[in-house]
Amino acid sequence: MSANTTAATSPAPGRPKPGEPPAGGRPPYSAGGGQQVPKAEFDWKPLLILLGLIVLALPAIGSPSSWLTLTAAGIAMGLIVFVIASGLTLVFGLMDVLNFGHGVFIALGAFVATSVMGGLSGWAGDNGAAQFASVFAAMAVAMAVAGAIGWAFERIIVRPVYGLHLKQILITMGGMIVGEEIIKVIWGPLQIALPLPDVLRGAWYLPLGNGDAAIEKYRVLAAVIGLGVFAAMGHVLARTKVGLLIRAGVQDREMVESLGYRVRRLFVGVFAVGSALAGLGGVMWGLYQQSVTPQIGAQVNVLIFIVIIIGGLGSTLGCFVGALLVGLMANYTGFLAPKVALFSNIGLMVAVLLWRPQGLYPVTNR
Amino acid sequence: MSTPILELSGVHTHIGAYHILHGVDFAVPAGEVTMLLGRNGAGKTTTLRTIMGLWRVSQGDVRFQGQSLTALGTPEIAHQGIAYVPENMGIFTDLTVKENMVLAARSARNASELDTQRLEWIFGFFPALRKFWLYPAGKLSGGQKQMLAVARAICEPRALILIDEPSKGLAPSIIQNLVTAFNELKRQKTTILLVEQNFMMAKALGDSVAVMDDGRVVHRGAMRELAEDESLQQRLLGLSLGAHQ
Repeated sequence: MSANTTAATSPAPGRPKPGEPPAGGRPPYSAGGGQQVPKAEFDWKPLLILLGLIVLALPAIGSPSSWLTLTAAGIAMGLIVFVIASGLTLVFGLMDVLNFGHGVFIALGAFVATSVMGGLSGWAGDNGAAQFASVFAAMAVAMAVAGAIGWAFERIIVRPVYGLHLKQILITMGGMIVGEEIIKVIWGPLQIALPLPDVLRGAWYLPLGNGDAAIEKYRVLAAVIGLGVFAAMGHVLARTKVGLLIRAGVQDREMVESLGYRVRRLFVGVFAVGSALAGLGGVMWGLYQQSVTPQIGAQVNVLIFIVIIIGGLGSTLGCFVGALLVGLMANYTGFLAPKVALFSNIGLMVAVLLWRPQGLYPVTNR
Repeated sequence: MSTPILELSGVHTHIGAYHILHGVDFAVPAGEVTMLLGRNGAGKTTTLRTIMGLWRVSQGDVRFQGQSLTALGTPEIAHQGIAYVPENMGIFTDLTVKENMVLAARSARNASELDTQRLEWIFGFFPALRKFWLYPAGKLSGGQKQMLAVARAICEPRALILIDEPSKGLAPSIIQNLVTAFNELKRQKTTILLVEQNFMMAKALGDSVAVMDDGRVVHRGAMRELAEDESLQQRLLGLSLGAHQ
């Protein structure tokens, strides 16, 4: 490698001591001070497949307005699924914890939302802004409750089984069963309605071709929140020191501790944030379904694991692309061949794994 | 000999059911380079890991600047001012060289808060790190990774640096770079405890030496004396410096 030669044969430059001015005043933050440095190439293929699916769906569906309606619905569904799965992908990708109990935080978030929105419905009345505020209040409370329970879940259930995948699966599934029963004790075993407030009902209609494309208001909000979560996760993980510590801690926990950082405290925080995101996803999924049952978490768990497996077992970008593929595929096949839609996600997972057995964006340390 | 900055007295370490260190005693004088030598499996790496709290002391005491470290966790020990370069280098391969350095500098929240003058000083020893500043550390060569590992340990002033076999598997020219860097640190009175199998490197750097065998320190003294006494080398290490020249 050229750098080896550089290191070995370059004449030793003058060695300024700490406190002396930098040699030549050259800033050290450029790649090689103008020298050619090979860069890692971004893998565009999964994104091209996503784009290809959207483009190919147009001739298959025929009507541009139906295509746009389904595409918007699929993207919104995919982003809701991403929010739900993002917590698990954080916990699995960064902490290597297989949390099969993730669903209980989804259910918890959804049930907390029924209480908060039910409690605020009288206050919100017909006021659109207040209704909007009640949705965000429900999301905030659901995240806080799910995050706090997640913190306790990590300390009591997960901590003793770090590094033991089989035990993680067993104990977190047990935790989910217990959690579901507690939810039944608090909210009852029956389905509870979680209607969208009036301000989020209905759709905007865009004239396209021979008809109108319907873009539902709630799906637009869900898509905005999903994109916000993706952007926030990307920013924190790539551009902050906390993100660096998390990424480094996954690779070599001992070395991070040797540098003077408390990794355990950091990982408890990651688990709590992952649980809070599940709570947020639960609210969004509940509003999407407009009803909540204690089994909602277990039902969504299957979808989440498909997304995470497609994505590359712990990759945030993979989870994002995988969720969008799942959302779009479900909507397109639901329109074109409803019976096929029943196993479209499984088919998608099989196709992706045949192409890339490690998933779309494999996590390198796994 | 100057005042010891680090003292190990009667240190025993168990790893699971295995009793690895059997009462290790030695001191590291401040401002000097102390070599920790010994055959493979003598307990050198375990000693460094025990000092860092990565293995717990089961009996005995480790005192740094007069304070016992045995009850402290690894992060707290690092905060006392001890830097550690492990045998496997501990490089975060998915992160760039810059990100590795930002993590090593506890006082910096991002690259712009790194001490530029100190970085320039480090780049003086290891110019490859400047060249590959934005490059994933996992793509560096073995020698460059070792340079990064050492650079991380010295990117902020530390009272003591523990380094485990930095020359392992490296080309002689890269080893020479490391020797130059360590000599510069030594000139600045940085205290270093260096585990090394390369006797030539040990001879070039060491002020004092502790030789381990079977989990115990079997010899302590000046490095110069050991370097000059081939029969002692033969007895303690199974080699003679003359045979390696």
